[in-house]
Parts: sequence; structure tokens; C-alpha cells
Amino acid sequence: MENNLLSLIILAPLAGAAINWFAGRRVRDERFVGVVACGAVAVSTLVAFYLAFKSDGALRSETPVFDHIWTWLQVGTFRADFALAMDRLSGTYALFVTFVGFLIHVFAVGYMRGEQGFYRFFAFLNLFMFSMLTLVLADNFVLMFVGWEGVGLCSYLLIGYYFDRKEASDAAKKAFITNRIGDWGFVLGIMLTFFVTGSVSFFANPAAGEVTHTALSFFKTATVEPFTASAIFAGGATSIAVLLFIGAAGKSAQIPLYVWLPDAMAGPTPVSALIHAATMVTAGVYMIVRCSAIFAHAPTAMFIVAIIGAATALFAATIGLAQNDIKKVLAYSTISQLGYMFLACGVGAFIAAIFHVITHAFFKALLFLGSGSVITGMHHEQDMRRMGGLKKYMPITFWTMLIGWLAISGVPLFAGFFSKDEILWRAWSAPAFSLPSTTFSKLLWGIGAITALLTAVYMTRMMVMTFGGHERFRDTHAHKQQEPDEHHGPVEPHESPWLMTVPLIVLAVLSTVGGFIGVPYAVSSIFTDRNVNVLEHTLEPVVATIPPGGHAESTSLPGEGAHAPANAPAPVPEPVAEAHSSEEVSLERTMAGMSILIGLVGIGAGLYVFNKRPLLQMPRLLENKYYVDEIYDATLIHPIEGVSREGFWKILDVGVIDGLLHSIGEAVTEAGRLARYLQAGFVRGYAAIILIGALILIGLFAYLGFPR
Amino acid sequence: MEPQLSWYLALSAILFTIGVTGVIIKRNVIAMFMCIELMLNAVNLTFVAFASFFQDVIGQLFVFIVMTVAAAEAAVGLGIIIAIFRNRESLDVDEASILKL
Repeated sequence: MENNLLSLIILAPLAGAAINWFAGRRVRDERFVGVVACGAVAVSTLVAFYLAFKSDGALRSETPVFDHIWTWLQVGTFRADFALAMDRLSGTYALFVTFVGFLIHVFAVGYMRGEQGFYRFFAFLNLFMFSMLTLVLADNFVLMFVGWEGVGLCSYLLIGYYFDRKEASDAAKKAFITNRIGDWGFVLGIMLTFFVTGSVSFFANPAAGEVTHTALSFFKTATVEPFTASAIFAGGATSIAVLLFIGAAGKSAQIPLYVWLPDAMAGPTPVSALIHAATMVTAGVYMIVRCSAIFAHAPTAMFIVAIIGAATALFAATIGLAQNDIKKVLAYSTISQLGYMFLACGVGAFIAAIFHVITHAFFKALLFLGSGSVITGMHHEQDMRRMGGLKKYMPITFWTMLIGWLAISGVPLFAGFFSKDEILWRAWSAPAFSLPSTTFSKLLWGIGAITALLTAVYMTRMMVMTFGGHERFRDTHAHKQQEPDEHHGPVEPHESPWLMTVPLIVLAVLSTVGGFIGVPYAVSSIFTDRNVNVLEHTLEPVVATIPPGGHAESTSLPGEGAHAPANAPAPVPEPVAEAHSSEEVSLERTMAGMSILIGLVGIGAGLYVFNKRPLLQMPRLLENKYYVDEIYDATLIHPIEGVSREGFWKILDVGVIDGLLHSIGEAVTEAGRLARYLQAGFVRGYAAIILIGALILIGLFAYLGFPR
Repeated sequence: MEPQLSWYLALSAILFTIGVTGVIIKRNVIAMFMCIELMLNAVNLTFVAFASFFQDVIGQLFVFIVMTVAAAEAAVGLGIIIAIFRNRESLDVDEASILKL
């Protein structure tokens, strides 16, 4: 189905960015800039909801909504269009990206009040929305990569928003360069996809005259590659999947490319909420789920994804335990939660990954915006050691963040519980498809469970240090004196304006009820016979499923479009209710009970420890982030800098390239110096030269004969 | 004895060589100028000799053109020489070796 409204979703923020960039800087009116920026995203949101939920909308029909804007590249059999497609997956994504994005835009109008370059901030923020929606709605790999790079650029611009601070500009560069490493893998993955499948499209769109053969449909007939290490280098689905995962690991901050995300907190807090928590960093998860057809044929790659995801989840959670900067805690928490999502992808629970992306967008945006509210209220203080007792001063922020805290800690009925429990359960019950054995899935579950426990502990610590206990911002002697030029003395915290609290409240509501879109059967069947897992119903047709055993006979494929029923061998998925055996359901219920227990134990332990001693010194190793930055410095950055300076600069550049150019220049100068003698200015000399020339010519004629 | 073509050509060559030598060795600009005229007229003599030898009038026509151009050249050249002399009070070409006064 073709619908030109679809392009409005991406064009509205682009227009907003253009208006703010060109007109906003002249108008210099915050109200104008804010209305333009929020209005542009509001248009996107409304259009996205309309296209998703109208009677034959993307989320309700089998066919995606297409909008073929123009044919962008066509070289031989290679074809990449500037075309958008909203299917059930990209539709789901577009909905929460636009809606959460809109709330954060509104919050940012309050948060950024009085900042220099207000118009610049919102122009970049709108540009980010444009890029992110292009990434999500792209109907082929190449356009997706355009959005992918666009969000990277906007991330760079917004992290470096306070570019007069060295720390911010350094962090921006770090984010950009680290992402380049991931993009290297992504680009190679796209190339290999084209090489293997002969297409870069996700969807067959007959209306646009496109070939019905797509990159993903190629794998319908492909066999599952063996679960061996050598498959990684075989140049097939596993190689593609591993390369794509390198891209995802860069964008979504997984080991070993996660180091940029904590530093990215140097940007304004709404940026951290929008880009570095809710939307951009989950692009890697989106990409993997989009390509789930490829991953479902590459068990080795999925194994790597699961291992990296689990390791990142645990690793980041331990670091988050010891950070004192409120935003750093949330940053490591984000990395850890992203690890969960990759763990889910790695065990084949693609829908659970998307579920966690959505709930995480709600509660992490809420927590980040709450921290932004706290930072504003504390007059730009981010160190939790100088907070405490803010509950009294910032009640709305406190209550909304309380909900975010309960959601991320996995307290039942809040959004985070359902998605996290789903991932843990799917990890526990993962088939041996992408794992060496089913006992390995128990190990992954164990890591996930420990991470869940740590998550509850460090979030409790953050809440206690910020809102509970003694009002430490009053005792100036308790902390070392800051630079004299900085505004100091006991600050008086205050609640934030309504522009900031209203988005908090809306997000708090979503963090409370957001989990009900994906209540698993095992839980819902206690109350009702109907299957209420809306999310699973919606996404099941577009996400590949991995076989329960070791072999894939038929993997259902996304994006088959209108012609799918004609040749689709995949049977219509049975209602989930019947797929569950009773002992499995009771096991899942037990595991859910375990999850609840873990969350409550974590919160209880956190309250017990930190209520008494909020400033408890955490292990130095954790506080210093395992010295990973220092290790990277010593093992990678320093040698590269050394080789660059001593080798590439002093030898190659100065010696070879500059040397070559200088010698050419010197040769020309020397030739000119010699030729200058000809131009002495003496008339008789010229006459003599003419004479000699004439004599030579005559001599030549005489010797060679006159040409006829 | 009938004058032969080679006589005229020999005379012309001698006159031309004298002219060339004069241009190169003389410093006085007027003398150089006269030597240039000598070279032109040596060429004219060749033209006339060949015209007579081949019984072709085109050679004589060329002589007229050369004389016209030589007259024009003499006018311009003498004008320049006068201008230089007014400024330098010297007719030595070696002193006028830079492109300014």
C-alpha cells in the first residue's frame, strides 16, 4: 500500500530543523523556536499514529505502508531507493520514537531555557528526529545507513553542544570515532549482504516497480549455517550477521565499544534522554531484529550476540553501582539494559528485545528527564554526594522518578518487570539452537538475574542518595571547595516548571502501564483466558523465529508484502495460548516469581545499606570503571598515536610526501633561475639569440632537406 | 658578361651579413636601426633578382609590401628612439636593459 503521508513523518522534523536553523537564529525568541520544534515532532507523532492504527494501517494489516520518494541509486542490479516502509516492526518503533521524542522536546524547552544557542539545540534535536525516523522507516540497508550516520552526526553535535567545554568536545569526538569503528562493520555487512543476496532491500514493493527479490527473502530458501567458529569467516549469513553486529555494538554501546556512552553524558540532559537512552542507542537492536531472518540462519553470530549482551549487562551494572554522578549511573544502567536486549536477540527472543526497547524507552527517558529536573533544581549540580533530601523540595520529580525506579528494578505491574522477566524467561528456556547446550542458557539466565539484582541495588542507591536522607547540599564543609568563579554557597533546590514536570508525569504513566502491551501468557492466563500479549501478536508475522531444536525448517520472514500468501510456506502461527504446555506455564510462573524476588531483594538490600550510609565508599575498581579507558589508552590509543606521530607524520608525511613536493618545487625554482639568464634585457643579446635560432633552423633545413 | 643570378644573391648575402653583424656589435641604437634597414633591403634585392629570373611579378610586389612595412617601422622606431633619448640623453642600447625608464 502506497501512502505519501509516510514521508511527512520524516519531513516534518527536517522542516522544523531548517526553520529553526535559518529563521530561529534571527527571531531569537524561545517560544517561537520551541513551538516550531515541538510542533514538527507532534506532526510526526500524529501521522505515525494515524498510519499505524487506521483501518488498513501498518500495525493492523499484513502489508506494510510504502512511500517511494525517489529512485536514489541504480547501478546494474544494485538498487537502493529513497523509499520508506512502515511495517509492524518499524511502525512500532516509529510510534514510541515520535511520542517519547515529543515529550522530551517539550521537556527540553523548559530545561534549556536561557541557554545560548537555544535555536541551535532544537535544530539539531529535530535533525536527530529526522535521521532516527529515516533509520527506522528505511526500506533498504543503504537508506538505513544514511539514517544511521545521521543519528551519529546529531549525537556528535549534541554531545558537543557546550563545545566551549573541552570535556564536552572530547566526548563528542570519542562518540563519533567509536561509532566509526562500528560503522566499518556495518558497511562491510551491507556490502556482503549485497554480494551474497544480490539485493539490499528489506521489502518487496511491487508498486514501486522494484524486484520482488529482497535481501531478506533470499534467506527463506537458505539453509541454516553450522554452529562453528569457522562459519564466521565463510562469507555467508554468519559473516553478514557478525559484521552487522559490530555495527550494532558501536551504536548500541556494547563491549568493547561501549566507552563512548558514559562520556556522552557531557551533553545536555534531554539529549541523554532522547539519544543516549530512549532511541538512538536502541538502533542496534532494531537493526538486528530487522535482520532477524539473517540472524536466524547464523547460530554462531547469535551466540556471539548473546555472550556480548550478557557480558555487557553484568559489566555495566557493576560499574553503575559505584558511580557518583547521577547521569553516569543512568548511563551505565542504559548500557546494562542494552545488554539485556542483545541477550534477548542472541537467544532468539527478538520480540522480547523490542518489548524491552519500548519499556526501557519509557522508564529510562523518565529517569533521565527526572535527573535533568534534579540537575536544574540543584543549579547544575550532578554529584549525588552533594544532594540528598530532595524529596521535600521536588515532590513531582521524586514521585515520577520513584515510578521509574520501580519499573527498572522489576517490581511487578510496572513496565520494566514484564519485559525483563520475558527476557530472563526466554534466556532460561532458550533452545540449543544458538547455544552450545541448554545448560548454557541457565548460565545466561544466571548472569541476567545477577544483573537484575545489581540494577535494583544501584537504582536504589541513586534514589536514596538523591532524594532521601540528610540534605547534604547545605553543609559546605562536607565537600571540597570548588573553583572560586563558580556560583557557590548552599543552593536552594526548587521544583521544575510545568513544561518539565508534565512530560515526567506522562512518562511515569507510560512506565506504569506500558508493560501491559506484552503481558506473557503465563501471567495473563491467571486472570483471563484471552491472550492479551498485543505486542507479540503484532510483531510475530514480521520477526523470524528460531527453531526449537537445532535446525530451521521454516523461518517466517518479515516484509513479504502483498504477494506473500501466494508462495509463503510458513504456516500461520498458531495462537500462542495453545503453544504453551501446562508444565512450561507453571515453570514460567515460578521464574516470574524468582524475578519478583530478585527485584525486591535488590531494592531491600539497597535500602538497607544506603539508607544508613548513603556515602558508602564503593570499591575503587568499580568507581574507576575497571580502568577500561586507561587500558584502551595504553594498549590502543597510545600506540596508534605513537605510530601516527613517529611513522605517519614524521616519516611518511614530512619525509616522503612533503619531501617529494618540496623537491619538485625546488627543481622548478632552479630551472627558472637558469632560464632567467635568457631574459637579461640586452637588445643585442636577443638579436644574437634570434640569429643563432635562425642559423640552427637553416642548418637543419640544409642538413635534412627542405620539407615538401 | 651577362650578370648572373648568383651575383645578385651573393651581393644580397653580403649586405645581409653586414646588417646582422652591425645589429649585434653596434651599441648605438641609430646604427642598429640602419643595419636593420640594410637587412631588409638585402632581402628586397633577393626578391627582385628572383622575380627577374623567374619572370614572375609577384616577387616585385613583395618588395613594395616590405618597403611599406619598413617605412612604418622606421616611423615607429624613430619615435621610440627619440623618446628614449629625451629621457636618458643616451643612445646606448645596453643602458636600456630594464623595462622601465
